[in-house]
Amino acid sequence: MARFWSSGLGGLLARQGILVAFALFMIGFTLANHRFLDPDNIMGVVRSSAILGVMALGVTFVVISGNLDLSVGSMMSFSTIVVLDLHDRIGPALAIPAMFAMTLVLGAIIGFLVGYLKLNSLIVTLGMLSAIHGLTLTYSGGKNMDIADKEGTWFSVFGQGEILGFPVPILIFLALAAFLGIVLARTPFGRKVYAVGGNGVAATFSGIRRARVVFATYLISSACVATAGLLQASRSLGSQNTVGQGMELEVLAAVILGGASLLGGSGTIFKTVIGVLILGFIQNGLLLVGLQFYAQYVVTWIIIILAVWLDIAAKRGRLWSPIA
Amino acid sequence: MDNAKLKNRLKYGAIWGFIAFELIFFTVAGEYLSLSDKVFLDLDNMMLLFKQSAPIGIIALGMTIIMINGNIDLSVGATFALSAIVLLDSMTWPVFAGLGDWVIPVSWLLALLTGVVLGAVNGLIVWKTGVDAFIVTLGSMLGYRGLVFMYHGEQPTSHLNWTLVDFAEASFLGIHTPTWFLLAVAVAMWFLMTRTVHGRNAYAVGDNREAAVNAGIRVGPHILVNFMLIGFLAALSAVVFYSESGSVNPNDGELYELWAITAVVLGGTKLTGGSGSIVSTFGGVIAIQLLRKGLGHIGADTETVNLVIGVILIAVLFLDRQLNIKGREELKT
Amino acid sequence: MSGQQAPVLRLEGIVKTFPGVRALDGVSFSVQPGEVHALMGENGAGKSTLMKVLGGIHQPDEGRILIDEKPVVMASPLDAKAKGIVFIHQELSLARELSVAENVFLGELPRKAFGLVDWKKLNDDCAAILEKLRVRFTPQTRVGDLSIANQQMVEIARALVHEAKAVIFDEPTASLTDAEKVVLFDVIADLKTHGVGIIYISHRMEEIFRITDRISVLRDGTYRGTLVTAETTEEEITQQMIGRKLDLTRNIRPVETGDVALEVRGLACGDLFQDISFKVHKGEVVGFYGLVGAGRTEIAETLFGLRTPTAGSIHLDGNEVTIESPVDAIRLGISLVPENRKEQGLVLSMNCRDNMTLPQVDDLTAGPFVSDGAEVAIFDQYRDRLDIKTPGWRQLAGNLSGGNQQKIVIGKWLSMKPEVLIVDEPTRGIDVGSKSEIHNLIRDLAAHGYAVIVISSEMPEVLHVSDRVIAMYSGRITKEFTAAEITEDKLIQAISGLNGSSGKDAA
Repeated sequence: MARFWSSGLGGLLARQGILVAFALFMIGFTLANHRFLDPDNIMGVVRSSAILGVMALGVTFVVISGNLDLSVGSMMSFSTIVVLDLHDRIGPALAIPAMFAMTLVLGAIIGFLVGYLKLNSLIVTLGMLSAIHGLTLTYSGGKNMDIADKEGTWFSVFGQGEILGFPVPILIFLALAAFLGIVLARTPFGRKVYAVGGNGVAATFSGIRRARVVFATYLISSACVATAGLLQASRSLGSQNTVGQGMELEVLAAVILGGASLLGGSGTIFKTVIGVLILGFIQNGLLLVGLQFYAQYVVTWIIIILAVWLDIAAKRGRLWSPIA
Repeated sequence: MDNAKLKNRLKYGAIWGFIAFELIFFTVAGEYLSLSDKVFLDLDNMMLLFKQSAPIGIIALGMTIIMINGNIDLSVGATFALSAIVLLDSMTWPVFAGLGDWVIPVSWLLALLTGVVLGAVNGLIVWKTGVDAFIVTLGSMLGYRGLVFMYHGEQPTSHLNWTLVDFAEASFLGIHTPTWFLLAVAVAMWFLMTRTVHGRNAYAVGDNREAAVNAGIRVGPHILVNFMLIGFLAALSAVVFYSESGSVNPNDGELYELWAITAVVLGGTKLTGGSGSIVSTFGGVIAIQLLRKGLGHIGADTETVNLVIGVILIAVLFLDRQLNIKGREELKT
Repeated sequence: MSGQQAPVLRLEGIVKTFPGVRALDGVSFSVQPGEVHALMGENGAGKSTLMKVLGGIHQPDEGRILIDEKPVVMASPLDAKAKGIVFIHQELSLARELSVAENVFLGELPRKAFGLVDWKKLNDDCAAILEKLRVRFTPQTRVGDLSIANQQMVEIARALVHEAKAVIFDEPTASLTDAEKVVLFDVIADLKTHGVGIIYISHRMEEIFRITDRISVLRDGTYRGTLVTAETTEEEITQQMIGRKLDLTRNIRPVETGDVALEVRGLACGDLFQDISFKVHKGEVVGFYGLVGAGRTEIAETLFGLRTPTAGSIHLDGNEVTIESPVDAIRLGISLVPENRKEQGLVLSMNCRDNMTLPQVDDLTAGPFVSDGAEVAIFDQYRDRLDIKTPGWRQLAGNLSGGNQQKIVIGKWLSMKPEVLIVDEPTRGIDVGSKSEIHNLIRDLAAHGYAVIVISSEMPEVLHVSDRVIAMYSGRITKEFTAAEITEDKLIQAISGLNGSSGKDAA
C-alpha cells in the first residue's frame, strides 16, 4: 500500500489527482444528464464562477508566497458598496478608479503589516476581515446600496454585457487569468513569489527583498478583489453590504483544490482556474442530476480533503499519517 | 530570567488591563456622549453583558485548548447551527411525542451528541490523514453548513417550548441561565487545563509535537478528544442560546469561528501552539462584549465595533511581536 | 574497570547507508557500567548517525545493538527510552509553558482519580531529582522562565527519572557557564557510581581529559579504535580523528599576495563576536576554524548584510562600505554559500536552474520576461564546470544528492562573479568524492584571483584549502597562522580555550 502511493499510478493520481477527479466528474455528470456539456450550460457555469474566480487569481499569489488572505470577502463587499455609492455621486468614469484606489490602499495596509512588519497573515487578515466589514457598514450606514437610474447607465456593461456573444465577466476573468498567469510563470517577480513561499530564508539569502514581494502579492490580491467588486456591482447594480461575506473561505477552497499548498511555494494560475471551475461545475452538475443546491458544499468538503490528503500521502510515501 | 517572567505576566495580564481601560473609558465618555441617562457600569447592564457573551464565549473557551494544541477549528459556527437544528427539530419528532416536557433533556442530549460527532469527524481526519487542521476544518465548515441548508433549505427551523424558554430566561441568584453555563464551562475548562493530565499534555503537544510523541504521549487520540470537546462545546453553546430563542436560521453561527479565534488571540494564546490560558480567553470574551456594548453606549454606530476589534486584534499581534524582538544582532531573515 | 564486568551497552558492526553515502561502516564499541566513554570524530564522521541508530530514529542495515549482552531492536525513540537509553540533546525538547516537574515527568505524569495530576507526588519526586543536580530552581518553576543552561539541566533531570542503562550526552556544555559545567560533571560522576554507562560526545579536549575513561574515534563512518584516556595524548586522538594523510594534503605554497580585497576592522555584533579584524587578499583562501558557536558563521552573516554590526567597519578594495542587506552585499560583490544548504541555500521545491539563477533573475530578462535561453546557458556553464550530476535542469533541487545540491549553491554564487566569496561549511554532510572536488574548486577559484573565506569545523579541510587560518574561540580571534606555521596542536589549542587563548570563558 505504501509503495502504491509513492510510485506509478498512485503517484500520478496524487500529482494530477485534481485533473483526474475533474475529468471523472465531467464524465459522470455528462452521462447523468446530457445537458451538462451543452455550450450554454458551460458558459453559464463559467459566468457564475467569474467573480469567485477573479478573487481566487489574486489569492493564488498570496498563497504561493506562503501567506493567507481571509479578508478578500469583506474587501469585496467594500469595493462593491463603494463603487455603487460613488456611481451616483461622481459618475461611473470616476467611481471606478476611485474604488480601485481605495481597495488598493486596504491591500497595501495588509501588505505592510504582513510583509514589512512580518505579522502572522492569518491573524492580520482575520482582523482586516472584521475591520473592513465595520468600515463598509459605517460607510453605508448599515443600509443596502442601489444605483438610482439602473436603465440609463453604461456601468452595467462589466457584469451584464456581451462581446461577440461572450459575456463580459467571462472575458475579464479569462483575460486577467492569462495576464496573471504570465506574470507568475514568466516574470522575475513571479519567480520570486515562488522562492519566497518555497523557502523564505533561502530567498533572503539569495538577495530577494522578501517584504517587497509579499507586499506586492497583497496589492495584486486587492486589485483582483476590486475587479470582482466591479463585476458584482455592475451585475446587480445594487447590493447588500455583506455580499462578499464568507467568500474568503470559498476562494481559499478553490485555490487549495487547484493544488496550491498552504505552506507556500506551489500552485499555478492554471490550476486555480481549474479549482474554480470544479467548484462551479460541481454546483451545476449536482443541480442537473437533481440534487439539492446545498449538496455541493458537502461534495466540495469531501473533494478538498481528498485532494489535499492524496497530495500529502504522495509526498510522505504512505497513505495514513504516522502520528500514533 | 525575570524578564521572561515579566513578559509572561504581561502577556496574560494585558487583557485585564484592557478591560479596565474599557470600563473607565466608556463610563467617562458615556457621561458626555451618551444620549441616555443610564450609567454604563450598571449591575443590570453588566449582567446582561455576561449573558450576551455566553454563546461565543463557550465556543472560545473550547477553541483555546484547540489552539494550545497548535490546531484551529473553523467549523464551530456550522457545528453550532447544525446542533441547534437537531435541538429544535427533534422536539417535534413523532417518536418523542409521548414524552411531554421530558423531550427537553432528550433533545439536549441529541444536540450535544451531534456536536461531539461532528467534532470527532474533524479530529479523526486530522489524526488519520495528517492534513492540517486549518484545511480539514475549512472543508468541514463548508460541508457542515451544507448539511444545515440541506435540512430545511433556506427556511428557519423553529420550535418554541415554553418550559424551555422559561428555563433559559430564568435567573438564579441574580445570574441568568446562559451566564451560569458560561461560568460553569469556564471553571470546567480551567480545571481541565490546569489540573488534569490531559490538559497539561495539551501544552506539550502544542509546543513540540515530536518531543511529546517521544515522551510517550499518544498525540493522535489526544487531538481527537480535543476536537470532540470543542464540538461538544459548540453544541452546548447552541443549546444555551436556542433554548431561549426557539428559531434557527440556516445562516446562524456564521463568522462565530472568527469571533471565537479573535477572543482567544486577544487573550494571548499563540497560533503556533504551546501556550495560552483559559482565564485570559475569558477576559478576551468579556473585552469583546464590553466593546460592543460600550460603543453602543457612547452612541457610536454598533457597526464600528467590527472596525475597532479588527484594529485591536492587529495591534495585539504587533505588540506581542515587539515584546519578543531580540535586539539588533538578530538575524535579518 | 574494564574487562571484568559485562558491558552495559555494546555495538557490533553497525552499518548504515543512505542513498549515495555509507554513513556508518562497521562501527563496534562497548560501554562498561560506570564508565564515561567519549565518542569523538569530526563533523560528518558519523557520530550523529550512530546516535540516531542507537536512539531508534534510524534502523541499522547490518550489525547488532546489545544491552547487558542481550541483542535488542530500537524500534522508536520511545522504545529506546523504555530500554534504558536516554539522550541529552543539544536542541531542547521542552514545553515552555509547563513547570519543571511536568517537563521532567512528561508523558508519565502521576495520576489520581479522574485523570487529575497528583501534584504532591509529582513535585516531591521532581524535587528529589533536582536535589541531586543541586539546581537553584524549584519543581514548580515555569520552564519558559529559566535560562537556556537551566533548561538544559531540566533535560538532564529527565534522564534521571528512570533507571537508565546508558545516558548519551551530545555536546552538553555548549551553552553552559563554567559553574554549570562543574555541576554537570558532578552529575556525571554520580551517574558513574550508580553503574550507568555514559557516552559523551564533545569536541572539547579539556573536557574529554577531565571526565572520560575511554575514547572511541570515528572517521568517515568507520571505527578507528578505542583509546584509554589516561594513556593517550591529544596528538594521538587528533591523529586518529584526522588520519595520516594529513601531512600529504597540507596546502603549502608560496604566499603571493595580491591587493587587499576585503578588510574588517574591529567588527562586533552584540554577544556574538567582538573585536574582529582581518584582511583577505585577492587570490587568497583564508580559513576560519573554530568550534560550533565560536562566532564564525555570524561574522559571515554580518559581512553578507544579514546582521547589523554593533561596532567596527568593513572595507572593500580600500573603501569603507555599509552593508545593510544581502542586496547590498551582492551589489558590492560579496557572495555567501551558507552553512545550511537546505534551509538557507536552496528552495527545495524549485528546479535546479531556477535555484542557480535566483540572485540574478532580475537581470536575465528579455523584455519583461525571464529569458529561458540566458538561464539555461548559465546553468549549463556551471553544470559542466562543477560537474553537477542531474538528469536535467527541470529536476527539483530537493531530489538531488547532498553533494550535487551543494554544487548548485556554489554555482549560484560563482555565476554572480563575486569579488569575495564566503563558503560556510562547504562540505558538511556530503560524500568524500564530492568533498575533494569542492576543495579543488575552492583552490582553483583562488588561483583565478577570487578572495575566498572558508569557514569549517573540519581540520583537514581547513588545512587543505587555506593559505592562512584564523582560529576563533568564543566570539574572538585567538590566533592567526600562515599555512607554513600551522600544527594541529597549536590549532586545537587556539580553538578550544586552552592556555594561551583569550576567549571570554578563559578571562
